Amino acid sequence: MSAASESSWTRQRDDRAARLARAAALPGVRGKAVAADAAVALLEAVLQPGDRVCLEGDNQKQADFLARALTQVAPARVHDLHMVQSVLSLPEHLDVFELGIASRLDFSFSGPQAARLAQLLGAGKLRIGAIHTYLELFGRYFVDLTPKVSLIAAQMADRHGNLYTGPNTEDTPAIVEATAFKSGLVVAQVDRVVDTLPRVDIPSDWVDFVVEAPEPAFVEPLFTRDPAQISEIQVLMAMMAIKGIYAEYGVQSLNHGIGFDTAAIELLLPTYGERLGLKGQICRHWALNPHPALIPAIEAGWIESVHSFGSELGMEDYIRARPDVFFTGADGSLRSNRAFCQAAGHYACDLFIGSTLQMDMQGNSSTATLGRISGFGGAPNMGADARGRRHASAAWLKAGREARAGLPGVRGTPRGQKLVVQMVETFREHMQPAFVDTLDAWKLAEQAGLDLPPIMIYGDDVTHVLTEEGIANLLLCRDDEEREHAIRGVAGFTPAGQKRDRALVERLRARGVIRRPADLGIDPRDATRNLLAARTMRDLVRASGGLYRPPRRFRNW
Amino acid sequence: MAGMETLSFTFDGGAALAPFAPTLVGVVASGNLEVLVEPAASTGCRIDIDTSARGFGGIWEAVLRDFHARHRAAGISVSIHDMGATPAVVSLRLDQAMAAIQGATP
Repeated sequence: MSAASESSWTRQRDDRAARLARAAALPGVRGKAVAADAAVALLEAVLQPGDRVCLEGDNQKQADFLARALTQVAPARVHDLHMVQSVLSLPEHLDVFELGIASRLDFSFSGPQAARLAQLLGAGKLRIGAIHTYLELFGRYFVDLTPKVSLIAAQMADRHGNLYTGPNTEDTPAIVEATAFKSGLVVAQVDRVVDTLPRVDIPSDWVDFVVEAPEPAFVEPLFTRDPAQISEIQVLMAMMAIKGIYAEYGVQSLNHGIGFDTAAIELLLPTYGERLGLKGQICRHWALNPHPALIPAIEAGWIESVHSFGSELGMEDYIRARPDVFFTGADGSLRSNRAFCQAAGHYACDLFIGSTLQMDMQGNSSTATLGRISGFGGAPNMGADARGRRHASAAWLKAGREARAGLPGVRGTPRGQKLVVQMVETFREHMQPAFVDTLDAWKLAEQAGLDLPPIMIYGDDVTHVLTEEGIANLLLCRDDEEREHAIRGVAGFTPAGQKRDRALVERLRARGVIRRPADLGIDPRDATRNLLAARTMRDLVRASGGLYRPPRRFRNW
Repeated sequence: MAGMETLSFTFDGGAALAPFAPTLVGVVASGNLEVLVEPAASTGCRIDIDTSARGFGGIWEAVLRDFHARHRAAGISVSIHDMGATPAVVSLRLDQAMAAIQGATP
């Protein structure tokens, strides 16, 4: 017997049982139901120093009540936690480090907290294991970063502990799967406990505790872009994207970034795209959050399917009324899933188009700026060739042919390639040049002691650079010098653009490596806001037949 | 106006335009600009700029040199009232103004 206990194979399960027993003895805990005012005591009972903890912070949905509870545990009892979570969004996500409750961090994106994260790192309040992509972090949940305790958010629970995560399901299934099936503990905050759920997103036997939070979980409308703010230059660039890239390659499946420039593309499909006769030829399948800017294209019959990472506030009723397009449950509401949508964006899309803050002359791009440690979330997976992809499509094959034409040996082996487009105005706000000879990322790597400069999308994955000056097709470049001048040749009046070799740029243009608006048959003077299928938030509401209900801050009428 | 920078450039060469009425395009708004093109007695192309964004004289010169190379217009005076427009917007407005002038020419 003693030999058996020394070589126990159930230590994790036994440890889990001990923690559950400690929790069961607490006042305020009845079975899985935990009173809101017992949440801090529950966390103190189930957490141990050094635990890996996933505090659900998604891109949009936040387990904010449990985040606050975690900041209230006694650091003498609970300390040196290792936080493994995709997004650091709330102040509490960093308070736990400042308070000495947690000391290690592995994450994907810290947008709103990026500056404070850099300060805390500098002050020695935490150590960062690594900055991941979403898929990469989820992958590690099942390898070497499995959470011992996960604190998650759902809209509703029933009396058994089944959960309805609804439209903003986001990361929850990936987190719960990793935790519940490796003897971990899952604590859920819910907006409401009800008798019957609309549908079951997470089954009750994967959930250990349910706390009804006093306030609904915080959800941020991150992907709503007011069409009123789209500029003529963005309209011009959207025209070039549609005619010069989407039509050229016959792009069927795609993922868009979240900026105004890609919103302009979405709003030009039913107008400019229609005029070019492209309906049904391009943009049929999307891996994308339910952007309100998609409404006119959906209503005009352009879009066959949209799978989403998360949801978007205000789009609930519209989605519910369009189940042929969106992934919805039997109850009618959206089911998002960040892990699956990231996989879809990586493997099943012909094209990614997004923006950046800086691009260098090799085509490397980064949104990292000095004094901020932000990570890139899903962009590196969306904006990378999927080396494991084996299914063919016309767009993928054409991109692969262009990249490999004339190359000898293994580099000439026929294969396809994902289209990765960086769409950037040459100057950003306040005349900051988007094209630079050296990315800030290099200095940041030095400052923060990172192993590598934080590059969002590597230059050798970028196939096209699109600016107001033209499109540079990097697939057609045959050496580093051509690549450099293809980029300089569309970098406008930025210092990097003015350093172009004009003769080489003209030769690249003659070969179709660089294409100006005129080469595409586009007159920049036609690029007016009148081309947008919706020019205001109100137009979007109208296009949806009143089904889209924008959050108050976007209502200006 | 306080904080504004005044710049002036003259480019020679090109052909005089057919007679045209003064033409105004654009708006004075943040990130935008107003461009007024008028006939001038001189043979060159003179451009005067009032801009809220100080310190970009080099970029203005490059943008306007390109404009002049594109249109080769002489005998014109261009007045620009800029509120921090990017070079892309500046070029677009200048081209819009020239298109309006040429479109209106019999």
